[in-house]
Amino acid sequence: MSGFSSTSSTSPARPRRQDKPARSGGIGTSLLHRSNARTAAVTLPFFAYVAVFLLLPTVIVIVGAFRSPTGAFTVNNLRKLAEANTMQAFGISIAVSVTSAIVGAVVGALASYALVIGSRPNGALRRIIVATSSVLAQFGGVMLAFAFIATIGINGIVTIMLHQFFHVTVNPNWLSSLPGVITVYSYFQIPLMIITFLPAVDSIKPQWREATESLGGNTWQYWTKVAFPILLPRLLSSFLLLFANAFSAYATAAALFSQRSFLVPLMIQGAIRNEMDPNQQGFAQVLAFAMVVVVALAMVASRLVEKRFARWQ
Amino acid sequence: MAVKPVAHAIAQKSSCPVRNESDHAAERDVSGAGAATLVPTGRNDRQKLGRDVPRLRARRLRQQNIIKFVIIALTLLFLLVPLLAMLLFTVRQPLSGQWSFSAWHAIFTGNGDDLGTDMTVLWQGVRISLALCLITVAIMLVLLLPVMVMTYLNSPMLATVVEWVSTLPLTIPAIVLVVGLAPIYRWLSADLLSTNPIWLCFAYVILVMPFAYRALAVGMKSIDLRTLVEASRSLGASWSRVFFRVLIPNLWQSILSASFISLAVVLGEYTVASLLGRVNLQVALYQLGQSNSQISTAMALLALLFGIVLLVVLDIIADSIRNRRNAS
Repeated sequence: MSGFSSTSSTSPARPRRQDKPARSGGIGTSLLHRSNARTAAVTLPFFAYVAVFLLLPTVIVIVGAFRSPTGAFTVNNLRKLAEANTMQAFGISIAVSVTSAIVGAVVGALASYALVIGSRPNGALRRIIVATSSVLAQFGGVMLAFAFIATIGINGIVTIMLHQFFHVTVNPNWLSSLPGVITVYSYFQIPLMIITFLPAVDSIKPQWREATESLGGNTWQYWTKVAFPILLPRLLSSFLLLFANAFSAYATAAALFSQRSFLVPLMIQGAIRNEMDPNQQGFAQVLAFAMVVVVALAMVASRLVEKRFARWQ
Repeated sequence: MAVKPVAHAIAQKSSCPVRNESDHAAERDVSGAGAATLVPTGRNDRQKLGRDVPRLRARRLRQQNIIKFVIIALTLLFLLVPLLAMLLFTVRQPLSGQWSFSAWHAIFTGNGDDLGTDMTVLWQGVRISLALCLITVAIMLVLLLPVMVMTYLNSPMLATVVEWVSTLPLTIPAIVLVVGLAPIYRWLSADLLSTNPIWLCFAYVILVMPFAYRALAVGMKSIDLRTLVEASRSLGASWSRVFFRVLIPNLWQSILSASFISLAVVLGEYTVASLLGRVNLQVALYQLGQSNSQISTAMALLALLFGIVLLVVLDIIADSIRNRRNAS
C-alpha cells in the first residue's frame, strides 16, 4: 500500500494565516493562548504514538540495513543487493511497475478525457465512474487475485469461453507470466489514474480550443501546442504516483504467487520468513531500505513536477 | 495498496476548480443558438468563415461523442469483466459446469459442511476484522481529532507538522513498515500483550492515518472553527464542553467519512496481518481460497460490495460537505 503521495500538497487543512493579525489582541486570542499547555498535552500522545509505530519501524529498517548479525556497523548487507537474483527482482519489479503505470496512465488519461468532454461536471455517468474507480483503485490484494483467477485462470470464465467459441487455449500459467501480472496491476492502476487525473482535465477550458480555432489552428495543433503541454506535468506526476503504487503493491502478488519470489515485495516476504537463518540476517531490512529509496525517489520527482505545475499555473 | 485514492479524491474534489456551468453552456451553444451570432451580415469572406466554424464544430462534437463512447465502453469492459467473472465463478461449478447457489447458501447459513468446507477460519477472520475496524477507528479519532483541532487553533506551525506526519505513511510501503514492525510486535506479543490479532490495531491506525487526516481536514476547513471556539469560550464554555457540544456536532460529517475510509482500509488489509502471522478477513479469505475457491470468491465479492456501499456513502457525505462550503 502507500506510494500515494499528496498530489494535493496544497493540503486541506492549511490554517489561514492571514486571519491572525486581524484578531490578535482580541478576547478570543487571549482565551486561546492560555491553552498552550493544553495543546502540548494533546499533541504529546499523538507524537508519542507516531514515534513508536511509524518512526521506530522506519529506524529499525534503516539501522538493520547497516548492521551485521553481531550488531556492528557494516555495509556487507548492501552487497546482497548486488547479487544476481536481487538485481533481477528489482529489474522485474521496476519493469512491471513502469509498464503497468504506462498502461494505467494512458488508458486512465484517455478515460478521464472522455468523461470530461461534452458532459456536465456532475453528470450521472461521471459520478458513477468516479465512485466505481475509488472502489476499484483500492480493490487490491486477495480479492483482485480471486477476480483474475475467476476470469482467466485455469477454470476462469474467459478461459472457458475462449476455448468454447474460438478454440483458443489460454496458457494456464499466463496469469503468473509478466504480461499477466501487468494486466492484473493495470486493473487498479487505471481507476487510480482516473481519480488523480480527472481534476487536471477539468481545468482545460473549452474556450482555449475555440481560441485555437479562431486563430486558424486545427485539432492536431490544438493538442500538440495547447492541451498536451498543459496536461504534461500532471500526466508525469500521476505516472510517477502510479509507478510508486505498483512498486509497493504486495498483497495482489502474494495472493497470486505463493511460491515464486520474482518481485521485490515477494522477496522481502521470503526474507522475513527466513529471519532465523544467520545468512539472511538483515536481508529483509536491506530490501526494504532499497524499496523505500526507490519509492521516495519517485515521490520526490512527483512533488517537483507538481510544484513546477503549480508555479506555472 | 489500498484506499488512498478515495481520500485523495475527497481532497481533490474540494480543492479542484469546479468547471462552471458557463463553460459547458458555451460548448453546447456552439451548434445551436450561438451560431446565429457568429454569422455577421456584411462582407462575404466573413460570412463564409462564420458559417464554416459552427459546421466544423458540430462535426467535431459528433466525432468527440463517438471517441468518448468507445473509450468509456472499452475501459468499463476491462473493469467489469473480472467482476462479472467473479459472480459467475461463484454460481457455476468450474469442472462440471453445473449451476448452483451452494457457495452463497453456505455463506448465508454460515455452514459449509455441504461443500465439505470448514468455514470457522472465515468467521474468525470476519469477527476479528470487524473488531479491528471499531478499535482502529476509535484510536484514530481519539488521537487525531483533538490534535488537529488544537494545532489548527493555536499553532499553525505545529499544524503543518501534524499534517506532514499524518500523511507520511503514504510514502512508506506497507511491506516496509512490516519489516520494521516485526521486532516491535515480537516484543509486544511476548512481553506486554498477547499474540491476539486485535493488537494489529496499532499498526492499522498508522495505515489509516493519512486518509483519516484528509477526510477530517476537509470538514474542518468547511466550518469557521476559530469563530465557533472563540464564541463558545467567551460565553464561558469549558474546553470539554466546546469539544463535545460544539466541535463534534459540527464535524460529524467529516468524522463519519474519516471513519468509513478507515473501515474500508482495515477490511481490505492483508499485508501486515499475513506477514505478522495473524488472521484477519483477508488472510482468512486467502486460506479458505486454498480449499474452496467458490466460497472465498463469493465472500470476496460480498466484501467488495460492502466496500462499494461504504464509499458511495462517503461520496455523498463529501458532496454535502462541499455544498455546505460553497453555500457559506
